[in-house]
Amino acid sequence: MSDIPIPYTVAPRPDTGLNNGKIGIWLFLASEVMLFGALFATYILLRTGATVWPHGREFLNIPLATTNTIVLITSSVTMVMAWYSLKMDRFTQFRIYLGLTILCAFGFMFIKYLEYSHKFELGLYPKTNTFLAIYFTMTALHGLHVVGGACVNAYLWGPGAKLWKTDKEQFTNRVENSGLFWHFVDLVWIFLFPVLYLL
Amino acid sequence: MSDHAADLKKHVRAYILVFVTLMFLTLVTVAVSTQHLEVHQAIIVALIIATVKGSLVACYFMHLISEKKLILWVMFLTVVFFLVLLAVPAFTVHDRIGR
Repeated sequence: MSDIPIPYTVAPRPDTGLNNGKIGIWLFLASEVMLFGALFATYILLRTGATVWPHGREFLNIPLATTNTIVLITSSVTMVMAWYSLKMDRFTQFRIYLGLTILCAFGFMFIKYLEYSHKFELGLYPKTNTFLAIYFTMTALHGLHVVGGACVNAYLWGPGAKLWKTDKEQFTNRVENSGLFWHFVDLVWIFLFPVLYLL
Repeated sequence: MSDHAADLKKHVRAYILVFVTLMFLTLVTVAVSTQHLEVHQAIIVALIIATVKGSLVACYFMHLISEKKLILWVMFLTVVFFLVLLAVPAFTVHDRIGR
């Protein structure tokens, strides 16, 4: 292993005024917007091409989805508060807020599990109809993002937090970048919720 | 840690305000869906509320409002291409080939 430090992990690059991590995460999020954009475009194409289209509430549970929206918005504010705590040099407070964010992620996935299992009990699967195929595809992809974000957050809450002792600024940057991804996951759900459940 | 503590405290007030607004708008979205609007009206209202909510998350939680120009340009271009991607299916409505 080389001891040569990677440049611009914390310091901003002279040409962009941003560090590498910040540029990297925003470019990644841009690609994620296009990924979900393709799925939303497919949804529009299938819906406008269909002669009849079911109302989301015929198949889906709106109170559960509303609860999930509230859980995810709460997790977004606890995530940003975790970053703020590090900025204020309050590590214990950071752990509480990030822990709450991770708990919210578990809560979201548990509610999603309840929703999915109820659908399967009723014999509703992706193959049942086009609407359910879209519903399962988009919510499962979003769910994967929730799981991915929760794993990174759990790492930063646990073993990854050792970095705080040696390099506070780099650790804070990592939490900020993880937070950007988490807020994106929240943002996607903000659009998925009305599009799938309410329209 | 270049930000001053006082500035950061202002951020917290903004976070809480955004959080309350997002909760309120979520309830508004659900309430509107119970009204028996025409499909196109329901879509417009729901997407306007979702756009406002998404903008609040991006601007305040993701700090896009105070981000460097490079990132603003990256996201602006992304949104433009995203909208183009969504607009493409709309053209198929007027596509008569094969009918």
